[in-house]
Parts: sequence; C-alpha cells; structure tokens
Amino acid sequence: MFDPIPWLILLPLAWGCLAFLAGVGRGGRLAFAGLIIQLALTIVLARQIAMEGARHYAVGGWGAPLGIDLYVDGLTGVMLLLIHVVTLPLVVYARAYFSCQAEGVGYFWPLTLFLLAAMNALFMSADIFNIYVTLELLSLAAVGLVAAAGSAGPIAAAVRYLLVTLLGSGAYLMGVALLYGTYGSVSLTVLGPLLAATEISAAVFLAAMLMLTGLLLKTALFPFHFWLPPAHGSAPAPVSALLSALVIKASFYLILRLWFDLFAPLVTIPVAQLLGGLGAAAILWGSVLAFMQVRLKMLVAYSTVAQIGYLFLLFPLMMLPIPEAAESALQGGMMQLVAHALAKAAMFAAAGVMVLSAGKDDIALLSGMSSHLPLTLFAFALAGVTLMGLPPSGGFIAKWLLISSAVNGGQWGWVAVMILGGLLSAAYVFKVLCQAFLPPVAGVKFKPVRRVLEWPAFLLALISLLLGFRSGEILSLLGGG
Amino acid sequence: MNFNGSLPLLVLASSLVPGMIIFFLPESRIRLRTTLNLAGAVLKLLLIGYMLWGVQHDQSYVFRYDVLPGLELIFKADALALLFVTLSAALWFLTTLYAVGYLEGSPHRSRFFGFFSFCVTATVGVAMASNLFTFFIFYELLTLSTYPLIVHRGTEAAIRAGNVYLAYTFTGGAVLLTGIVWLYGLLGQVEFTHGGVAAILGSEHTAQLQVIFLLLIAGLGVKAALVPLHGWLPQAMIAPAPVSALLHAVAVVKAGAFGIIRVVYEVYGIEFVQTLNLLMPLAVVAAITIIWGSLRALWQDDLKRCLAYSTVSQVSYIILGVALFGPTGTIGGVVHLVHQGIMKITLFFCAGNYAETLDVHKIIEMNGAGRRMPWTSIAFSVAAFGMIGAPLTAGYISKLYLSQGAEMVGMAWANWVLTASSLLNAAYFLPILYRLWFENQPQMWLHERIHVRGRWETHRLLLMPPLITAAATLAAGIFADTGWSPLFWVKLIAEVEFTVK
Amino acid sequence: MSSALIYACTGAALFVFGVTGLILLSHLLRKILAFNIMGSGIFLVLVGLGQRSGTPDPIPQAMVLTGIVVAVAATGLALALVRRLLHFTGEIRLPEEP
Repeated sequence: MFDPIPWLILLPLAWGCLAFLAGVGRGGRLAFAGLIIQLALTIVLARQIAMEGARHYAVGGWGAPLGIDLYVDGLTGVMLLLIHVVTLPLVVYARAYFSCQAEGVGYFWPLTLFLLAAMNALFMSADIFNIYVTLELLSLAAVGLVAAAGSAGPIAAAVRYLLVTLLGSGAYLMGVALLYGTYGSVSLTVLGPLLAATEISAAVFLAAMLMLTGLLLKTALFPFHFWLPPAHGSAPAPVSALLSALVIKASFYLILRLWFDLFAPLVTIPVAQLLGGLGAAAILWGSVLAFMQVRLKMLVAYSTVAQIGYLFLLFPLMMLPIPEAAESALQGGMMQLVAHALAKAAMFAAAGVMVLSAGKDDIALLSGMSSHLPLTLFAFALAGVTLMGLPPSGGFIAKWLLISSAVNGGQWGWVAVMILGGLLSAAYVFKVLCQAFLPPVAGVKFKPVRRVLEWPAFLLALISLLLGFRSGEILSLLGGG
Repeated sequence: MNFNGSLPLLVLASSLVPGMIIFFLPESRIRLRTTLNLAGAVLKLLLIGYMLWGVQHDQSYVFRYDVLPGLELIFKADALALLFVTLSAALWFLTTLYAVGYLEGSPHRSRFFGFFSFCVTATVGVAMASNLFTFFIFYELLTLSTYPLIVHRGTEAAIRAGNVYLAYTFTGGAVLLTGIVWLYGLLGQVEFTHGGVAAILGSEHTAQLQVIFLLLIAGLGVKAALVPLHGWLPQAMIAPAPVSALLHAVAVVKAGAFGIIRVVYEVYGIEFVQTLNLLMPLAVVAAITIIWGSLRALWQDDLKRCLAYSTVSQVSYIILGVALFGPTGTIGGVVHLVHQGIMKITLFFCAGNYAETLDVHKIIEMNGAGRRMPWTSIAFSVAAFGMIGAPLTAGYISKLYLSQGAEMVGMAWANWVLTASSLLNAAYFLPILYRLWFENQPQMWLHERIHVRGRWETHRLLLMPPLITAAATLAAGIFADTGWSPLFWVKLIAEVEFTVK
Repeated sequence: MSSALIYACTGAALFVFGVTGLILLSHLLRKILAFNIMGSGIFLVLVGLGQRSGTPDPIPQAMVLTGIVVAVAATGLALALVRRLLHFTGEIRLPEEP
C-alpha cells in the first residue's frame, strides 16, 4: 500500500529547496503544483485514517526510541486537510498579490514551503523532542515571512515575534528536558501511560507548567497576545493569512495533544477554568480592541486574538462530568478551529485586496468599496458571518456545539461570554462593511486589481460558510482516528 | 430522495439560484435579470400551487438532512407553512414587478435584486422550517440578507438605520439562540408537532420552561416588533419602497410573528402555555403594542413612518389572536398574518408611488393627490379602510374573529383594545384620506417626474401591484367563505391545532 | 550531591537568568545573548538529568546537538533582523509597544 506519510514532509522540503535555488521571488508555480500533489496525498491519508484508524510510522524503519516515530490519527487528519485546503487558494492569491506588489515577496515561496513542511511534520510527530524541532522550524519560517516586507515596522514586529517565540520554545524544551530526566523517554506513546501510572513528581508538574506556558505564548492567548497584532497586521497580506489562519493553530494543536495525551492525569478543574477564563478575557478584550482599530489589517489581527479565546473555552467545558457535554465541547472547539482558519484566511486575503486597491491600510478609506470591489467585500462579509457564528457557517455549528455543551453543564458564564463575543464580533465586522457601503469620497481613486486576486478569498469564505453543512464528516474523521 | 421530498428544496432554490446568478450579472443586463427574477417567482408560485393541492389531498412534503447526529435540517410544507409561503411568494412576485419599475435607472441593481432574492429564500425557509434549528438558520439569514437592502442607498442615514437594525436583530437572535439551545438540551431534537411537545417534560421543569419561553418570545419579538423591541422598524423605513413593502411589512415582521405562532402552538402547545401561565402576559404585551403603535402613528408626519408604526400595531393582532386561548381567536390571529400582509403591502406600494411620482413623503404634502393619482389613491383608500376594519375588507374578517374569540374566552378587555385600536386607526388614516380626496391640489407638484408618466398616472409597473393587492384585500373580505380564501385555509389549521392531542 | 545534579541545578539557574534577561533587558544584543544563556541552561539540564547511573546516555546528547543547531540558526536570524532594524531606526532596541 502506498503510504503518503513521509512524502507529506519530504515533498514540501524539496519544493522549498528548489524554490530557494530558483532565487528571490520565484517558485510560485512550483508551490502551486506541489500543493496540488500534497492535497491529493492528504486526501489519501485522511481516507486511510477514516477507514483503518490511527497508526504509527517509523521513519526509515527505525522505530522509537532510536529513530523518529510519526503518528497519525483523526485529529492529525483534520489538521493536515485543513492546512492544505487553506494554503492552496492562498498560493493562487499570493502569486497574484506579489505580481501587483513585488515588495515583500523576497523568499516568500521557499519560506512558505518550509512552513508547510514544518507544520506537516509537527502534526505527525509522536515525540515531544521532535515536536520541539518542528515548532522551531515553524517559528523561524514564520518570522522570516513577517520580516520579508522589509521596512522598519515589520522588522520590529518580526524581532518581537522571534524573541517571544524563542522564549516560548525555550520553556517548552526545558519541560522536555525535565520529562526526559524523570522518565527517560520523549515518546508520547511511552510517556502517556507512564505519567498515568506513576506518582507525579514536582519536576513533572514543573515540566507541564513550562510546556503549557511556552505554547500559550506561541498561541497568543490573552494576556500573551501583545506580539500578535503587530506581526500579523504588518506582514504582507498572504503572510498574515497564513500566520493567522494556520501557524497559531499549530501550537494550539500541541496544547490539545499534550493536555489529553500526556498531562491528562495532571489537569485539574481550576487549571481548566483558568484557561477558559483567559479565553473569555481574550474574546472580550480582543473584540473590543478590534472594534477600536483604525487600520483594517490590525482589526482583522485583533479579531484573531478574540477568536483564539473560543478555542480555550473547550478546556473547562471538557471537564464537565456529563459525557455528551464534554464531547460536544471538543467537537465545537475543533469546528471553531477549522472554521476560523478558513474564515480568517479569507478575511486577511480580502483585506489585502482592499488595502492594495485603496493604496493605504485605513478603514476610513474604504468608502465606496462596495461598488468598486463587490466580490471582495462579499468575501469579507461571508468570512465575517463565520466569525460572528451566524448560520449556516462552520462557526455557527461550532458555537451551537459549544453553547449547548455549556448549557447542558449549567455553565451560564461561558454562554454569556460566547453570546456577547458574537455580538462584539458583529460590531467590528459591520464597522468595516458600513464604511464600505458609504458613497466614495470625492477625489479618491481606487486602483484596479486583477480579478484573480478576488476569487481565492471568496472561495475560502464560501468554504467556511458551507462548512456547516458538512461538519458531520469532519467530526466523524476526528472521531475515527 | 423522492420527488415530494425535494419539492421544499426546489421552492427554496427557485429564488436562491436566480439570486446567485443575478449577483454576477453586470448592471447592464437588465432584461436577463428581470427575466430570471420573474421566472424564479413564477416557478415558485407554480411549485407552491402544486403543494397546496397536494396538502389538501394528504400528501406530505418533507426534506431531511443530517448536519450532525442529533442536529437535523428539516423542511416540511405543512398547512401553516404553506400559508406563509404562499403569502410571501405571491407578494414577492408582485414586489419584484414593482421593484423593476421603482429602481429603473438607479445604480447597483444587481446587488439589490440578488439580496432581494436571498431575502425571499430566507423567508420561505423560515416558513418551511420544521424544527427550531432550521428555523433559526433561516431567521438569521433573513437578518443578514435584509441588511444590504436597508443600507442600499449608502447614505449616512441609511447606514445609521442599518446599524440600529443590526443591533436589535442580532441581540434578538442571540437571545433566541440561547433559548433554542437550552430547549434542545432539555428536549433533545424535536420537530414542530401539532399540540406541542414540551408538555412531556413535566412539572419539575416548569421554571426552566418559563424562562426559555421568555427567551424565545423576546428573541422573536424583536422581529415581530413587540413594544419595547420595535425601535428598529420605523428607522428601517429609510430603505427603498419595495424593501419596506415586502420586508418590513411582510417578511421580517411576519417571520417574528410566525415564529411565535410556531413556538406557542407546535413547540410548547397552546394548552401547556396556558398551564405555565404565560398566555396572559403575552396577550398583555400584544395589547400594549397594538395601542402604543397606533398612538405613535398618530403623531408621525412622514407617511412611511406612520405606516411603520401602524405595522407595529397590526402585527400584534396576530400575537393577540394567538394569546386568546381558543380556536376562534387563533383563526383571527393567523388569518391576520395574510390579511395584514396584503393590506400593508398595498399601503407601502402606494406610499412608494406618491414618493416616486410626485416626490411626496410627508402627510401634509398629500393634499389633492387623489385627483392627480386616482388609481393609486383608490388602492390606498381600500387598504386603509381594511386596516380600520371596515366591512367587506380583509381587515374586517380578522377583527371579527379576534373579537369573537376574545368574547368566547371571557377576555372582554381585549375587545376594548381592539375597539380602541380601530378608532385610533381611523384617527390617523381618515385625515390622510380626507387630504387625498377632498383637499385641493397644489398649483403644481414641485418635483413631479413627468418622464415616468406615459398614458397612466405613473409607471405601469408601479401601478399594477397595488391595484392587485387592493383587489385581493376586497376579495379576501367578500369571498371569505369560499374554499380558496385564506380564512378557509386558516380554519383548517386551527382545527388541527385544537383537536390533535 | 552527584555531579549530574550539579549540572542540572546550574542549568536551571542559567535558564532562569536567561529568561529574566530575555524579558527584562531592552538592548536587543543582550536579549539575544540572554536567549543563548537560556538555551545553554536547558542543554545542561538535559545532559545532567539524562545520565543514568553515571553512564552517559546518547539520546540527550543527540538532542542537545540538535538543539544547538536550532539555537545557532535562531541566533543567526535574530542577528540579521537586528542589523536590519538598526539600519532602519538607528537603534538596537525595540520601539515602544504600538
């Protein structure tokens, strides 16, 4: 049987190297072709997981502990599918974007492909040290992408992002060292049962704290969100879309993995409540700040801060003693993750087109956009529908599941936060739409943009909107592994 | 999937698909756009006609789709659904004709007609939804697709009105969602069932069920413009006339009222609501809304705002009818869903005609307009008399059943409310009619748009729809006892709701 | 106290110094140095705790080697970015929080 697992890591690395050799600004076509192949491989893999369940793969035939062990299950399958479905339209978008705005293309293509390789490897890694390596690769590629725009603002944002992410992965690695020192293994499959079977020592507790904190820092959960808006808001639009939609999801995925596979014996209700509380604060604070922004891309970036909060509501809800409530919380959280990735990619892509056309990143300049770029504005609005959690979007299904979990568990505080968060997100989305519906200011000329620039955002937004109808399949893949 | 199962989908698609195509048509393809619109509207009417025939012959039209295990999308064309579907489809057809004439030559028509079709799709979805989950999906879609129509003109005032509209409806939607999810948590997945389903929960859930009922009614009451949740409706009158006509007189407010009907009869069950002691508060809120809306209408100088407050008042007749615990009251309330629709849309069409032809927006400017535009004014007068409840009109039938219903259950105060409201209706409509017919015309109409005149008093497409609906207002009153009247259909529905246990 | 534990404790102390420096210092070169100190601390812990009854364990050594490579790459990137920042702003510190 053909096994796509190693190819999902090797191919993007190979494309990345080729694109690097091709030189500055080149490799778009290669990335496009490569992504189509990888998407096909991911679909094959997802089908295999759905039919045969989770499995291990030993790289080069060397199993753990000497070799590198890879592991795929339903969660991996969903994440892999997600990143490829999001990236493919973004590749088309980026090619058109950089042909209009060559500034910032730099080594966009090789870095993006390395980013993909790192993410693929991260999702399939089965040991905590290998996860560290992929996490660092991911961060370095992401920082490179932010810095590519080249002027002072993005560089400063990139430096800040780099330092934060290094601090985060340092904390994570320290946790790995402590765990290895205690148990003599880094494999998730070995460590999990060990932790469950033995008395938890202070070192392990410390390790869990360090790893969790490090990953929270990288996920930009409130109050660690300070680095995210400048980094995501000042990068070129295709980069912002990749980072906001996917990169932060990678570290969230790790939190989820570690929380359930590794630290399940350690987690307590107060810790879960704390994470949920931070999530709630992120929802409210991020939404309010998003509403107050004057720059379009900063608004979208703060909206990411807010939307990350929903993901963390999953943790307290998962601790509920009612099994159905816990299950629908996990499902809701995953739907939110998928829906937000698609919608945020669409929103950044659409915002990028509008900024390109207006010539400057300023919400006040959007007057008249509704007649100049109706399709892009429509894409922005559809993505907004997902973020607001309105039907029939994937965001709605997510919110439905999360709210019903909270209601079943009698957790009215979380219900109130989610409802309020939805209304606040409506406020910032419609702030943009209202401005765009106003008649154009006299004397302001919009630059014409290429049609191919408008469609990827629309496509992504449409997928996020129609996702609601197909959520059953995603969740069955998730549960199948 | 068999043919009967796909019919509800086809009814949805008959406006959704044209809408999607229209979005991508360039502005200049007027003929193609109009053809698509009208073809969709006619097709929808034909499909509905077929289903009306089928439902009378005990066919059922149900479509199911599992979104998630335990979360189903269900469309079902039952008698109540078809009542609302028929109303909105017929009025959509007329309003499309009207809008083609009204918007001739104005910009962004592709966008307008695209969203217009989406709105109708959402309304039809609200009507055919057969559980609260499906209902909510289309209820929110209706909000989303109406917003671009309200802000269509893109002026500051329009944007402000749009914001008010969103603030009200999204908050209402959030409240409604909370109620629905809570109810799902208690009941699991339930379909709308004659006689209601919540009663099985028993007495230990009484308090919870009362709170949920409050949440649901508050959420739906925003769109149904129950006082004090009505603030958005007069503001939304900034929209172009066809939007006010179809959406704010028919689709949006009716979606709220229709939802309340569904919740009371088919989720809770009218008897269970009575045992929860919730019917009386509902009746009181409806009564307050009726009086308050009429009182506010008295003080308006802008014709459309006056009509808007009149809508606030009239929609609550439906709620009042529902809250009168008895079949006669139900008939009066539910039939008013249709009657109010055709009467109010006539009034809005006429208001649009005055505005478009003579640039008359204020009531004081209407002096003598009856001489200049006799046909429009006749339609306006018929509908106004209908609103007052004059005999031979549709409004008379509604009020007759409502007051009989009130008497039967011994709620004499409701009769007083109805009488007071009729008097107030007369108090704000009769002066308008007096101005129309008995005041002298001004020397010249300041902003008369001669170019649209032609042989008729105004554009042909603007004149036909109000005449048809005015005729329907009379027909529904005069032929109320025949087998094809709305009243007959509503009697069937009421029979089912009150006999099936 | 065994020598392994001494290594580990020194490593932990270095880690804390490094993290403190990384957060508190404002000069970017110092921040980068602090990051390297933090990294060295982690490697010491890894090697120190990784010993089993006195015999060196090859796995943590391999990990440390990998870690060093990653740290060098990150330092390189950081230095390059800081130089660019110096070029644009004339300062080796981050501008105030936006």
